Amino acid sequence: MKSAAYYTAKKITFNSFVYLFLISVALSCIFPLLWMLSSSLKTQETIFQDMSLIPRELHFDNYMRAWTEGGFGRCFLNSIFYTTSVVFGIVIVSSLAAYAFSRFKFPGKNLIFYIFMGAMMIPIPGSFVALYVLLNKLHLRDTPIGYILCMINVGLSTSIFLLKTFFDKLPHELEDAARIDGCSKWGIWRHVALPLARPVLAVVIVFNTLNVWNEYFLALLIFDSPRLMPLQLGLMKLQGEFVTQYPLLMSGLTITALPIVLLYLLMQKYIVKGVTQGAVVG
Amino acid sequence: MVAMGTRGMTGESTKHTFSLKSFLIYLFVAFSSFYLPGCGSNSSEVNNSNVSKPTILVWHWMTDRQAPLAELAKKYEEKTGVKIKFELYAPSDAYSQKVRAAAQGNNLPDIFGILAEKRDFAAFIKAGHIADLTSNMNAENGKWKNIFFAKALAGNEFNDGNMYGVPSGIYGVPIDVTTIQMLYNKDLFKELGLDPQKPPATFDEFLAIGAKLKAKNMQGLVSGWGEMWMIDCLANNYAFNIMGKDKLIATIRGDVPYTDPDWIHVLSLFKKMQDAGVLANGLVTMINKTAEQLFANGKAVFAFNGSWCVNVYKGMNPNLNYGVMLPPRVSDKYPMSIWGGAGTSFMVNDRSPRKEEAIKFLQWFTEKDQQAFFAEKTNNLPANKESIKNIPEVLAQFSDDIENATHPNTWGVSEFPAVIEALDKGIQSIIIGEKSPEQVAQDVQKIKERELAKKKAK
Amino acid sequence: MNYHKLKSTFENYLFILPAVIIFAIFYIIPFIWVFQLSVFEWDGISPLKTAIGLANFKEVITGDPIWWQSMLNAGYITIIALTFQNAVAFFLALACDREIRFKNWFRVIFFIPPVLSEVVVGLVWQWILDGNFGLLNGWLTKMGLAHLAKYWLSDPATALNTVAIIHCWKGFGWGFLIFLAGLQGIPRELYEAARVDGANAFYCFKNITIPLMIPVIVLVGILTILGTMQAFVLIMAMTGGGPAYHTQVPVLRIYASMQGASRFGYACAQSLIFGVILITISFIQYRFSGKQSR
Repeated sequence: MKSAAYYTAKKITFNSFVYLFLISVALSCIFPLLWMLSSSLKTQETIFQDMSLIPRELHFDNYMRAWTEGGFGRCFLNSIFYTTSVVFGIVIVSSLAAYAFSRFKFPGKNLIFYIFMGAMMIPIPGSFVALYVLLNKLHLRDTPIGYILCMINVGLSTSIFLLKTFFDKLPHELEDAARIDGCSKWGIWRHVALPLARPVLAVVIVFNTLNVWNEYFLALLIFDSPRLMPLQLGLMKLQGEFVTQYPLLMSGLTITALPIVLLYLLMQKYIVKGVTQGAVVG
Repeated sequence: MVAMGTRGMTGESTKHTFSLKSFLIYLFVAFSSFYLPGCGSNSSEVNNSNVSKPTILVWHWMTDRQAPLAELAKKYEEKTGVKIKFELYAPSDAYSQKVRAAAQGNNLPDIFGILAEKRDFAAFIKAGHIADLTSNMNAENGKWKNIFFAKALAGNEFNDGNMYGVPSGIYGVPIDVTTIQMLYNKDLFKELGLDPQKPPATFDEFLAIGAKLKAKNMQGLVSGWGEMWMIDCLANNYAFNIMGKDKLIATIRGDVPYTDPDWIHVLSLFKKMQDAGVLANGLVTMINKTAEQLFANGKAVFAFNGSWCVNVYKGMNPNLNYGVMLPPRVSDKYPMSIWGGAGTSFMVNDRSPRKEEAIKFLQWFTEKDQQAFFAEKTNNLPANKESIKNIPEVLAQFSDDIENATHPNTWGVSEFPAVIEALDKGIQSIIIGEKSPEQVAQDVQKIKERELAKKKAK
Repeated sequence: MNYHKLKSTFENYLFILPAVIIFAIFYIIPFIWVFQLSVFEWDGISPLKTAIGLANFKEVITGDPIWWQSMLNAGYITIIALTFQNAVAFFLALACDREIRFKNWFRVIFFIPPVLSEVVVGLVWQWILDGNFGLLNGWLTKMGLAHLAKYWLSDPATALNTVAIIHCWKGFGWGFLIFLAGLQGIPRELYEAARVDGANAFYCFKNITIPLMIPVIVLVGILTILGTMQAFVLIMAMTGGGPAYHTQVPVLRIYASMQGASRFGYACAQSLIFGVILITISFIQYRFSGKQSR
């Protein structure tokens, strides 16, 4: 018979390995972020010579300079506007469609759904130019609405997929009860399906927020007016053709990454709950 | 009743995300009122003011030059009342895409640059996007034309009977000049026991330094050879030295194969450099910016870079003690050549209603004083011959050799992109020891023959 | 009766209408454009396009070894992602599923890599992995392991693996989250019942955890394949596709055709072939997973 001490020792060693594993992966995740932060506080001359994590002098003015030189003020507002509009748009459009694909019957339903899924799997690199020409013809080039519509399309397939999977698993009772009570389809969608889908919606929101916030190529092609440009374009201005002011670039990158990290911190409770509650578990 | 039911079901999380959703709605409404009125009047503001003085729109990609450009724009406005708007789109590949997309949609600005080879330049001209500036250049006995270095203009010129089918003429305006040469760190030379006033003049001298580098564990040549064109440049320089310009042009035309011994000689140079230890480690994936950092911080003894580097090094390490040299020659049969010519050029949109004004601006922009100002602020070589007086000594070393400079855009023929890629990637393979020079020569020739066959079939 | 049914069907269509309209305009139309262009030789600039039938496709399939090399590379990275990345994500999820301290902190930290933009990730890792002056080699030397220091991103022997690992680093956060959710959805009673019956941890893992997690594993698998095969921004930032063609991937090739070689039609053909391959892989996996869950 093995003693209790043996089992405790075994448990402790096992646990310490687990913790070691977790901590080392966690460190590898944080380290680049810290490196970015510390580089943003150095100067152009010292940035490649000073290899320490904590710089000798802290140049917080890099942030001020990055903000002004990159024209971040307006860009920041633009990014927030585009991101919230696109996410809002996707939430409405994709939840409507996903609900219909899940609950309703109508001719061509499966075909249309598979086409949407196909879009997830057939990337079109190079579609950017096509979109540009298209927007031009529609007189939507260099407009906020043009960009927003394009970006809504980008996230549509995946969002519909996630939501439909969730709706499929939802028990029908509540909706049946609502229908008996005389609720219209729209009413059911709005008052029953959507509130229940909140957790999955959290996943959809974070996923699409990331996509829109970090997007820059389409924005660069479509926008001509500086006052319409999002943050990523302002960031690109810090990357010089011949000379890159690396500390400024790092400050700019930190400023750009911060809101997203904050958003994730806020939403992460809901995401795990959301993924738990049905996006995945069968 | 149903609503109550669901609220009860999902409990406290409802309150939280409900307010999040209404917050989003608030934000949306607020910003829509901000933006939607402005929706219609987008970039048309620029183009509608034909009344008194027009506004000229210029697209460029040079982040670090935005400030001096804006200053010059202001000066011009004070002088003539014509407003010049410089708009920046970076990085350069994204800029390039934007210009192409705009060309598709006929939305090009009044002045822009084409960051591409002659082939694409020709395509733009044939599509009617670029104004022919020959008459403006030749006017008044060539007054505008003659202020430029001949080499700077050459890249923007198409000659009679060129292979692109473009009517001969001048289609672009150079605004600066660059040459690409080798640089060496004088302080590190001293450490190696070499004379800082005597950089290696021959290839064998260069290779000999390799042994010293190995002994002291120092890095040799750094350059952006992860970016194909820089490999192409050096290979090309040595090709000129070994076989002369005519044979090179003949190769491009398809009359001489890449398996010719002279070409194998060119390719073998890279093997020799690698074996001698004069190439820095990690060279084949290095981007030019990294190479610049390394050289500026004294971590490499040699660099292969363009004259824009003067400004870069100054910013990173003002105390860097370095000199400029031609790539060490292999043969005495033909002169060593370097690439040089117009660094940046601007073209005028042929379809722009403000064409004449745009041309006038460019004429002012390239005048002596403006060029001198621009060159000084950006630490670059001016395109205007007369502005070359007060440039820093290092920059002067770059401009000394400009008469020896050549550039693919001036040869009148273009090699197939697939062949260029095969050549450059092949050289990378030689450096990492995966292929021999003979193998690469055969690979490149195979692709050349394939491309020639495709062309004949058309 | 009929009227009501018609009205109901009409309403159903209304639900999907906004999605279909946006999709039709912003995906279908560009798709048709790309489809049409693939049979032309066009440089992307001139108004002149030369119709060449299926020559582009033929060239991709028979005459473009670099394309297939890039597909192999992408495939290799994907396999590493499917195994290494998802294994790490799975074990991390297992570790976090138990009652350990700082569980929430870990959850947040592990999701930071996906949150960062690929540009940032590429840049920072390039610095860390630089062969001459990067941090990794610096530390290895300090720890006396200088012989392990390599030119991670420029040595052909290590470049592809390094790029694959960094890609895994960026991607495991999503897998971790989904696996964790899946694990948390397994009722605790099952484990307790098994424990009572005398089963040890390994038995529980093999007979309870794994079978119940299969649908999750399949889902993560599909998303991983689709995402990793299309990777390119990260790779572009770290190696540019080099050295020689060792880290070249399909999307990079497509951009090279578009911009570098100015062969727009050819790029479209490459895109279509790529899409077909991806659909085939997804379809096979879907079928395979369907059989499994039965």
